[in-house]
Amino acid sequence: MAHQHHIDTERCKGCGLCVAVCPKQVLDIAETVNTRGYFPAYQARPEDCVRCALCCTMCPDVAITITECDSAPSGAC
Amino acid sequence: MAKTFTKPRSLSDQYTHYCPGCTHGVIHRLVAETIDELGVMERTVGIAPVGCAVLAYNYFNCDFQEAAHGRAPAMATGIKRVRPDLVVFTYQGDGDLASIGMGEIVHAANRGEKFTTIFVNNAVYGMTGGQMAPTTMPGQRTTTSPAGRDVQQVGMPIKVAELLAALQTPAFISRQTVIDPKSIRKAKQAIRRAFEYQVAGRCFSLVEVLSTCPTNWGKTPLEAVDWVRDTMLPYYPLGDLKTPED
Amino acid sequence: MGKILMKGNEAIGEAAIRAGCLNYFAYPITPQSEVAEYLSWRMPEVGGVFLQGESEVAVGYMLFGAAGAGERVFTTSSSPGISLMSEAISYIAAAQLPAVFVNIIRGGPGLGGILPSQGDYFQATKGGGHGDYRLLVMAPASVQETAEMVMQAFPLAEKYRNPVMILGDGLIGQMMEPVEFPDHLRTAPSNKDEWASSGMSTRGSSRRNLVKSLFLDPETLNNQNLLLKAKYDRMKREEVRYEGYNLQGDYRVLIVSYGTMSRVCRTAVDNLKAQGLEVGLLRPQTLFPFPERAIREAAGKSTCRAVISIEMSMGQMVEDVERSVRGIRSVHWYGKCGGDVPTPEEIMEVVRDLDDGGCQTPGCICDKE
Repeated sequence: MAHQHHIDTERCKGCGLCVAVCPKQVLDIAETVNTRGYFPAYQARPEDCVRCALCCTMCPDVAITITECDSAPSGAC
Repeated sequence: MAKTFTKPRSLSDQYTHYCPGCTHGVIHRLVAETIDELGVMERTVGIAPVGCAVLAYNYFNCDFQEAAHGRAPAMATGIKRVRPDLVVFTYQGDGDLASIGMGEIVHAANRGEKFTTIFVNNAVYGMTGGQMAPTTMPGQRTTTSPAGRDVQQVGMPIKVAELLAALQTPAFISRQTVIDPKSIRKAKQAIRRAFEYQVAGRCFSLVEVLSTCPTNWGKTPLEAVDWVRDTMLPYYPLGDLKTPED
Repeated sequence: MGKILMKGNEAIGEAAIRAGCLNYFAYPITPQSEVAEYLSWRMPEVGGVFLQGESEVAVGYMLFGAAGAGERVFTTSSSPGISLMSEAISYIAAAQLPAVFVNIIRGGPGLGGILPSQGDYFQATKGGGHGDYRLLVMAPASVQETAEMVMQAFPLAEKYRNPVMILGDGLIGQMMEPVEFPDHLRTAPSNKDEWASSGMSTRGSSRRNLVKSLFLDPETLNNQNLLLKAKYDRMKREEVRYEGYNLQGDYRVLIVSYGTMSRVCRTAVDNLKAQGLEVGLLRPQTLFPFPERAIREAAGKSTCRAVISIEMSMGQMVEDVERSVRGIRSVHWYGKCGGDVPTPEEIMEVVRDLDDGGCQTPGCICDKE
């Protein structure tokens, strides 16, 4: 059972708290701005993500979700 | 082991108006998760304060009332007394609860009203632009204490949890914070326990949550988290200060 | 059940229960603390809610919460207490919640006194709180009428989804008179599922309800005020109540007076009639909506030479009387508000002076210099 990590780049305000708490330094702040004027977080190194959900826990905007999906374990649902 | 993580059903889809890095959003999520886990959304009534969280009603899917500044505990009392079957919670900031609303929260707690209060302490008045609050730290600069809080002039910050815990009526009083995943998990446990006491009709419950205000503190979200840890935590110790089992 | 002798304050408490309201929050204040004392044992008897709040401010919001949850609720207080509740009253009107407030007026301003007064007329009818809201205000003149008006207040509050105020005074609260509670005035609460935060499962609904008064968008707030105004305009069309006394006679002077004061005026009218001087009395039973047209018509009688508002205040209702008469007759005021209720003899002397064409009341509204 694979898990899909997803950041809603429109909901994210680019506060950076997730980037700081990620134990595997997977996340970073994007260079491109979203429609609301924020530079959202994104998975810079998705292959290192262990789906521990610490970023989800820390996110004040519930912008990061991890959902089960049945395709390849690499997480690319 | 990989975990899943989704938005709680009791939390609406609406983007919040809170500033980037403001941990109000985290606290909203913890309350919504608790409501989901207890399966009480359909009989819950939330009460929004006046302050940054006045728009909290846009972020929850249960019935809500919007309070006048500081009066949420009185409104919660009114609801809970006429409809004890409803699950009632107030969500209040430090200006709302500890300043104008101090009378209401003290007497609601002292009467042992069976509702739950989520008290967000971010050491300033957020919505109105960062003025000094009863919980502002000594020496902390705000828009109404530009030279820093002068305890000779305006006294020391109020420790609300300790003050309420001193009341003799049984209650659950806890202070938590949400500045990192570990503290968030503990805050969730306290919020869950608070709601459980209410659902069991046991006692009044209040969880004070130390929270950040990057914009009005003039700090980045990460600096704000550190400030809570380095400056607020020593003054506002965490933990369950009072439980009905005491 | 036949008439029983009851103190006004206790009759107020019983009337609410008989009307079908089982929720009371209050704070002690002379001269109406007996309502709370009475209900502290009576409400539990009928399975109702009685709670003494920590302040009138808190009590006002206990009413907001209970009313917002869809339950009938009321409180009683007196002048300073009503001042403290005025913010909540504004919020309750803005959120369109039905709630009943009883003000047993005492002398003011400030701590004032504890004896009867009518000094809260402006506060009740012109808005003691902020913003464009009005209260439906009823003014009883006896313990029986107080009981009936309290009972009528609940369906009226629900009809308009607006707070209703009963404006009594210390005399009405403290005196004992025979009273009965008409069964036909007991009403079932109206359905509130459409707006009350009563719990989605209670309503069997998946749609949550939100009770609020914040409207940051200017157009939305303006529309909200227009919606409230439409209710107040409807009150003016449908809820005006007044009582005439000796209005059929060829009266030379028209007295406008309400509540306890109007009863003293009635005696003065009878005495003057016996002495050959016809005087008319119009008693507003609703202070908002105010009986403007009725007063203008009564003032317009050919034999009538002057109109006088007699009230236990420094002249508040007189402004509405003057506004109603629109200059077709001279308008005057007489009143005292320390707590001594003017006597019939005082009223008779004032009215005779008016009849002779001279107003002797210093500071009367008529001396426009």
